[in-house]
Amino acid sequence: MGSTESPKISLVNTAPKAPAWGRSIFNLDFAFKTLMLLAALTVLAVVGLIVVELLQRSALAWQKFGFHFFVTSAWDPVAGEFGALPFIFGTIVSSILALVIAVPLAMAVAVFVTEMCPKPLRKPISFATELLAAIPSVIYGLWAIFILVPLLRVYVAPLLARYFSWTGLFSGPMYGYSMLAAGTVMAIMIIPIISSITREVLAVVPQHQREAALALGATRWEMIRIGVLKNARAGIIGAIILGLGRALGETIAVTLVIGNTPQIAKSLFAPGYTMASVIANEFNEATDSLYVSALIEIGLALFIVTVIVNILAQLLVWTATRGAPARSNA
Amino acid sequence: MATAVEVRDLKAWFGKTEALHGINMVVESNHATAVIGPSGCGKSTFIRCLNRMHETNPVARAEGEVKVGSMDIYGMPAVDVRRKVGMVFQKPNPFPSMSIYDNVAAGLKLNGTRNHKTLDDVVERSLQQAALWEEVKDTLKKKSGASLSGGQQQRLCIARALAVNPEVMLMDEPCSALDPISTAKIEDLIFELKQKLTIVIVTHNMQQASRVAEFTGFFLMGNLVEFDRTEKIFTNPSDKRTEDYITGRFG
Amino acid sequence: MPSNYVQFRRRFTDYLATFVAAGLSTIVVGTLVAIFAYLVIKGGGSVNWAFLTHTPKPVGEIGGGMANAIVGSAMILGMGSLIGIPFGIGAGIYLAEYGRNRLGALVRFTADVLNGVPSIVIGLVAFSLVVVRQGHFSAFAGGVALAIMMVPMVARTTEEMLLLVPQAVREAAFGLGVPQWRTTMSITLATARAGILTGIMLAFARIAGETAPLMFTALGNQFWSFSANQPIAAVPLQIYTYALSPYDDWHRQAWAGALVLVALIVGTIALVRFLFGRSILREVS
Repeated sequence: MGSTESPKISLVNTAPKAPAWGRSIFNLDFAFKTLMLLAALTVLAVVGLIVVELLQRSALAWQKFGFHFFVTSAWDPVAGEFGALPFIFGTIVSSILALVIAVPLAMAVAVFVTEMCPKPLRKPISFATELLAAIPSVIYGLWAIFILVPLLRVYVAPLLARYFSWTGLFSGPMYGYSMLAAGTVMAIMIIPIISSITREVLAVVPQHQREAALALGATRWEMIRIGVLKNARAGIIGAIILGLGRALGETIAVTLVIGNTPQIAKSLFAPGYTMASVIANEFNEATDSLYVSALIEIGLALFIVTVIVNILAQLLVWTATRGAPARSNA
Repeated sequence: MATAVEVRDLKAWFGKTEALHGINMVVESNHATAVIGPSGCGKSTFIRCLNRMHETNPVARAEGEVKVGSMDIYGMPAVDVRRKVGMVFQKPNPFPSMSIYDNVAAGLKLNGTRNHKTLDDVVERSLQQAALWEEVKDTLKKKSGASLSGGQQQRLCIARALAVNPEVMLMDEPCSALDPISTAKIEDLIFELKQKLTIVIVTHNMQQASRVAEFTGFFLMGNLVEFDRTEKIFTNPSDKRTEDYITGRFG
Repeated sequence: MPSNYVQFRRRFTDYLATFVAAGLSTIVVGTLVAIFAYLVIKGGGSVNWAFLTHTPKPVGEIGGGMANAIVGSAMILGMGSLIGIPFGIGAGIYLAEYGRNRLGALVRFTADVLNGVPSIVIGLVAFSLVVVRQGHFSAFAGGVALAIMMVPMVARTTEEMLLLVPQAVREAAFGLGVPQWRTTMSITLATARAGILTGIMLAFARIAGETAPLMFTALGNQFWSFSANQPIAAVPLQIYTYALSPYDDWHRQAWAGALVLVALIVGTIALVRFLFGRSILREVS
């Protein structure tokens, strides 16, 4: 069958050539391979379909608004005005806020589990992080509406307003449904992925680097700092960007707590809107074809952005772990 | 100032397995002592006990007394021990994310030295002691520690260990991953270093032991079978097992 | 000799780092506990026989259940799995056994990209592909959306599990004169079967909780429906609708539905981890 050898495993090269007498067998081998190939091609077909369908159905809006679509902030379906800037703003701000909250927490968990915690704690903590990843978005949303939002409104917001209003980020009334709430719930949702990839990346750092640091008389934290984290830099950044990719596409939980107001505001207390949320909220209400097309164009933009971000992240993580991600054994 | 190392009844375990069964040894200051023996005899475990690296393995344990000079290394923080007792590993392990300069300065910076002049001086001194200065002096801050050849990397690791001014230098088969020319360079280095420090070198290469070390200890299955001047070990060993190993009957 | 102050500072930083790392980890684990606790507290009392067997009552009336949503979810997941699993396994077999070439690399890369596409975009695509063409929302469209999500997940885990089978096993079969296709189907696949099954279960657990792809495909339904060609209820959709609503009773039921959903998903994950030691996070990345 003559497949190309991969440096890690040689596979089909050792397969026997079909015996001359078994023409039926040869056909079956060929048929089987073709069948599998078709299945594999569906993966390509799916991406192709995504691109084609999104392009097709957003064409109307693209023709009408062109690039202005992405820099205009007026979103008035009744008047036929569609500008996506508030959603782009909302997506970016909520994602960045999510990262700001999630990254320290995720890194702490990853470092703690890999380098610091006593062995019996490893499995429970990593299992707990895994469970966080398993909870569906809608349930995060539900929990956020009834638990997180009141918590933020009653306890956290006043504190932030009192001590940090000089930043301009915490001004105005806080009704609960806000960028802050969206960023917070998003942060909880992306902690598992950032933490898990970081753990893999840390685990791949060779033991001799840790020993080199220790032999110089480093304390454990210093050893982690210069012998592990420094070496894993690229992969850690990859993990963070992967988290970003997830945050960008997060829909349901955000829609439930962000307030769904197409506006650009400086304060995190203000409600906002993300690209995913506007689609979720308004798609089924969209009456005319321009409205639908505009929403699909936002979907297309979301698709392109998340794909680019994810590719970048995968590249970084791949270089850090050299292609085969190490199994996290915890 | 070099210090002798005194080992008394040192035992070491990996989990339940006893890897060293009560080692007694005195290492002379300003001399090189070789530790030889077949694979698995405990020589690496032994040397790693001397700077308390052995216990970095979560299931490892050690008992007994090791004194470096007048310091009881098991009665003080491990971090302090390792400043006094440096180590060079079998495979060179420079920090790849740091420049040559930063690699050498790493130990100093950890200990709070910030002064650029001091750092510059120590880096230069250490690299010269490691016979690497001439080769890297122009690219100190530009090239990463990992961009050097194997032999150079090992000398970089030696420089890094020397920079914190240890009294004892432990070398765990430092040349086994290197080519003969690099090996020769490092052996020359050991001659020089002996004047300032005490060296304990693990080696599976008996010719190397006879070249660089005045004293040699032969380990077998966790026991120190014989310890004497190198010439005596290699020409007229007292123990039959030593003789069998030397003459190549096993190992 | 370095000063005592410096040494103190180093030791202090070491302790501080451990303290902070442990503290933040506790916050993360604590959040998980908080979420589960509230699910149980708020939803536990409402998960009863009526909830599991009745359909929703008219707006404003107390009571009713999510039976139709449970059945609907089962139907959509069933359809999605029926389509997604075979294609996923097939693609995985291709990647592992025949795919060490440029085409295989492209497919692998694309599958990874697909795994990162937001599920709402998948919903839009399924809408465009199925709903628009059929002229109506349907359970089938929902199934298609979920299948699209399943394929790349299952493909990658299947590939990974097949690659773990040592070459020696295949060669033993070849040596006995077994043809390539038979070796793959009967021997390699069988050897990797546990791992492949976990991959499928984990993918299933992931899509079981998805709401966004169903919003424009299955749409949701107040009543019983067993048809693949009509809108149908699904548990995540129902929870979403109830959570958005202003009615307390619907909120109560949302919690109950959430508890049921999480119990099923977490149960699957725990089972997988317990039996096979695999993590769902491999799928998510």
